[in-house]
Formats: sequence, C-alpha cells, structure tokens
Amino acid sequence: MEKETDIENCKKVLLGEFEPVISAKNLTKTFGHFTAVDSISFDVAKGEIFGFLGANGAGKTTAMRMLCGLLKPTSGKGKVAGYDIEKQSEQVKKNIGYMSQKFSLSEDLRVWENIRLYAGIYGVHEREIAPRTDELLRQLGFESEKNSLVKSLPLGWKQKLAFSVSIFHNPKIVFLDEPTGGVDPAARRQFWELIYQAADRGITVFVTTHYMDEAEYCNRVCILVDGRIEAIDLPRNLKEQFNVKSMDEVFQQMARKATRKAD
Amino acid sequence: MKFFNRWHEKQPEKPIRMRQFIVFTQKEFKHIFRDRWTTLILLVLPILMIILFGFGINTEIKNTKFAVYDPSHDVATQGIVNKLLTSEYFTLSEFVNTPNEIENIFKEKGIGLVVVFSEKFYENLLHTGDAQVQLITDGTDPNTASILTAYASNLIFSYQQDLISAQDIPYQIKPEIKLLYNPTLKGVYSTVPGIIGVILILICAMMTSISIAREKEQGTMEILLVSPMKPIVLILAKVVPFFCISIVNLVTILLLSVFVLEVPIVGSLFLLILVSLLYIFVALSIGLLISSVVDKQMVALLISGMALMLPFVYLSGMMFPIESMPIVLQWISNIIPAKWFIIAMRNIMIKGLGFSSIVKEVAILSFMALFFIMLSLKKFKLRLE
Repeated sequence: MEKETDIENCKKVLLGEFEPVISAKNLTKTFGHFTAVDSISFDVAKGEIFGFLGANGAGKTTAMRMLCGLLKPTSGKGKVAGYDIEKQSEQVKKNIGYMSQKFSLSEDLRVWENIRLYAGIYGVHEREIAPRTDELLRQLGFESEKNSLVKSLPLGWKQKLAFSVSIFHNPKIVFLDEPTGGVDPAARRQFWELIYQAADRGITVFVTTHYMDEAEYCNRVCILVDGRIEAIDLPRNLKEQFNVKSMDEVFQQMARKATRKAD
Repeated sequence: MKFFNRWHEKQPEKPIRMRQFIVFTQKEFKHIFRDRWTTLILLVLPILMIILFGFGINTEIKNTKFAVYDPSHDVATQGIVNKLLTSEYFTLSEFVNTPNEIENIFKEKGIGLVVVFSEKFYENLLHTGDAQVQLITDGTDPNTASILTAYASNLIFSYQQDLISAQDIPYQIKPEIKLLYNPTLKGVYSTVPGIIGVILILICAMMTSISIAREKEQGTMEILLVSPMKPIVLILAKVVPFFCISIVNLVTILLLSVFVLEVPIVGSLFLLILVSLLYIFVALSIGLLISSVVDKQMVALLISGMALMLPFVYLSGMMFPIESMPIVLQWISNIIPAKWFIIAMRNIMIKGLGFSSIVKEVAILSFMALFFIMLSLKKFKLRLE
C-alpha cells in the first residue's frame, strides 16, 4: 500500500531537502528517575503516514503528548507545523488534530452536535459547519445517524467519527494515539481507509500503534524500545534488513532487546 | 481549505474565544437537560427540599391533642383551657379524673401534652399570687416537648395578660418566655436561609466538580487540552450554566418561601440577592477547586456530597445553634461559608436589618470567594503542564 510519491518525499526529508512538518531533536522526558523518552530525534514530511511503534510502556504516548503540547519536554527541541512545541504551543494547537486511545467524543451529544462543538472550538466558520457536516456524514455513510446520540453507535463507528471530527478543521497534522484499540480487523481496515483519504488531502498522519498489521500500512515507521528509537525506516526496508516477511517479525526481534516492563 | 486557512489568519482572536465559549456553554446545557437525573437534582430537588423542610420536618406543631387534670374547676382553669383551645396548636382530648391516669394516656391515646392544675387554682391566684400549673410532655422527643411547652406557656402567659388588663390585680401564674422575630416559633423562619445555603452549595460545588470530573473520566478533557481553547474559557463555560441554574433555584426558593411557607422578606431584596450572589461565587469556586484535584466523578461526588455537605448541614447553624456546640466545633464552623451566609440571610430576611449589620459576613464571604478562585485557577493551570 506504499505510494511511490510518499517514499520519494521521505527520502527528500532524510536528505534534508525540504522543511519537515514535525521534527524532534533529542527530545527527552523524565519523570523523577524514570526516563520515559530518551533523546529521540526524527523528522516527518508533509502528507506522510508516520507510524510510531512500540510495546506498552515504550514511551509512545509520552512522546506524542510532548509534540501536542500536553507535556513539557525535560530537554531537547521539537517543532510541529513550523512552531516550537514549548514556546509556541498555542500555534501548535491550532494546527493539529488529536484523537486519543480512549474514545473521546461526548456520549450524550448527537452526532452533528459533536461535530459542531469541535468545529466551534477550532474556529471553523459558522456558515461552513452545517454543509460540511452533511458532506462528511454522506462520505461516511452516516446520514441516517446524524441525530443519533453518540453513545448509541457501535465502537467502530464512533472511532471513525472521532477521527473525522479530529480533522474537521483541516489541521496540518493529525496525531492518533492507538486509534483502533478494541475493534475488529475489518473495522480497523475501514479506519485505515479514512487515514489514507486524510493523507491524500495533504494532512500528515502521526499514529501510534501496537498492531503490527497496521505498521504495514504506514509509509514510514519508527520503532521505540525502552524510550529510545531502535529503528526508523520504510517498512519494506526494515523487513529486508531483518530478512523477514512481516513487520510483526521485525518487531519481535526488536522487542527482545527491551528490558523495561510493560505498564 | 484555502478559504478556511485565510479566514483563520484574518479574524482577530476575540470572536473565536467568544464562539468557543458559546458552543461549549450550549453543550453544557445539553448535558444537564439530557440527563434526567441531573435535571431532576438541579430543578426539582430544591423545591422538594424547601417543601420537606418547610412542612414535613417542620418544628412547628399543629393540632396536638392535650388532656387536662383539673381538681379546681374554677374560672381561671376554665379560662386557660379555653385559651389553649382557641389556638390552632391544641385540641382538647379529655379531662382526666385522677393523677394516676396521666402516665397511661400518653401511651394509649397519642396525647402530646397534659395540663395539670393545682387545687384551688383561682383562689391561690387571687390570694397568694402564686397559682401552679404543670405542663407534662413526652420527653422522648425533646424537640417537640420543648416546643409544646413553649407554646402552652405562651398561651398561659397571654391569659394572664388578659386578666391583668381586665382587673387591676398583680397576678402571677408562671414563666415568661420571650421570642423575638419569630413570635409564633415558626420553624421555617430560621430554616429557609439554611436550605438556600445547602441547595446552592449542592448545585454549584457538587455539579460543577462532577461535570469537570466527567470530562476527565471520559477522555474529552484531553481533547480539549490539545485544542486551542484556553483553560479560562473552558472554566467559564463550565461554570456559567450552573450559575444560571442557581439563580433560577434562588428565585424559586424565595417565591416558595414567601407565598407557600409565608416567610416574609422583611429586609432589602437587593441586599439579599447581593449576599446570595456572593455565596454562589464561593460555592462555584469550591466546585472548581474540587475538580482541579479530582479525576473521577465518584470521588467528586463523595467529596462534595459527604466531606462538604455534612459540615455544611451540621456546623453552619442551619440545624443546630452554633453557640451550643463544643468550642472546637465552634472554631471549625468559622471556615464554613454557609455559616456566614446564614447569619447574613437571617439578618436581612427575617430581622430586616440593613447593610451595616452584615458587613463582617460579606467581607468574610468575599475573602473566601477570592481565595478559592485563586487557588483553583492556580491548581488548574498546574495540571495543564
């Protein structure tokens, strides 16, 4: 499912040929004596689907929370959408979308009310909201559910809706923290189709996951072990390097190095 | 998309903040009115409470059956019995013939009060000036007992007054009880300010803290923190609906008090509203403070429902007079905002005193509001780091 243009883009980033939309330089976060994220550095190009892989407790969520401005890095620098994550977190927040592992729309609001709420919070123009809501629901095939309370929807639908809401304001980057937790493979595949559509619109996707089949869908993956980056490359290259057929096997070999216990 | 981005740059900051506030406040109102229990608690509970406290758990007693043991059978004893009968508090059950019957009739006939006259009552009244009447009540319910004796003593006293004015003789029957501001001992008079105090804390502190804790529990808080919405906008949008609802409650309670419970507002309505608004601010800021340290709805409920409500009910002077508490509890009662609110409300509403009488209470409540708001804002910010 890799697209040649994306691969070309990635190569350009690696060669330093154009400005990356996300860049981390020695980003570190310690909690007391515990180093959750240990000096990670990477760049993500525009329109890329960047997978952030690791076992539970490897530091994925902490790294992502720093990039979103939810946590202050202990040391190191980070830039998101061209803004410094520490000093310009307000600007960062305006240009990103975020979806967490916990399903996070308001359960007792209707579908359209949820869309309207977040569109309002992100400052989408009042007149645009209604027609774009209808268009979105039509694309998702959710028209009949426009007036349903979100709590009445099945989990797979909720997640698709949460993702659509997180990119409703057309952010430059969307951060997805284990977005497909708890749904069946078929629903996961549908969810990934939405991710591809977003990437086609030019939205950069930064996604953490521990499902290795999902790692295959990413343009480029970064494998985190014990807070450090163990590998960062195209899935194809990693498989070649380890001489295996799937990302799952790559990950098994990597994860053996882990000393930290899952939380 | 291009158009959208351009719009982003051109608009000044303010309208966005305003719109964030509006959509978020709308959402809060929807949360409140979509949850049947929340609506019920917010709008019906205050009405139920005021009616329960006003009528049901009323300390006022009407139509109590009483019995009389009257060996004298003279003008004075007859007069006193008639006096009791004409009041709305007592109805005569029977005359008792021997003192031995007295104990049994409490158990058997549900009698609340027995009036025992001494022999030769009127004669003693005229000659020695010291006629004796004994009031016997059921002491297992001390509250009712003391109220009944107070009513009866009052009536006997008023009979004495009648005699004095009719004939110019210095009679003396017995005790003098003076009740200021609440001459008929109406229980509701002193409870209404207390109920307002408790309802406002319930709605403002409990509901605010629960609604913010729910946001954290459901994970929506994280989404909001990643969004460009400022924490202060979020806090205001959370607080405004409960502020509006507390105003509605305040008005309902006052209307019910005045027109149903017939508790008059003697003092200035403006002052009363001023003090109530101040108290609402205190309550809201306590709610914010709780929610800034709590992550679970259940914990928020326990803290505001138990740790907050109990001292507010028992130590505020709403139910028990503060003066009769142990000295340590009297100290503790000073940090309970409801205490100051109730004092101020009683001064305005029932005694009809002016602003000068509540300066101290207003000052203390203002300080508390400021203190809690500062503290919760500081705590709230820390949690975003």
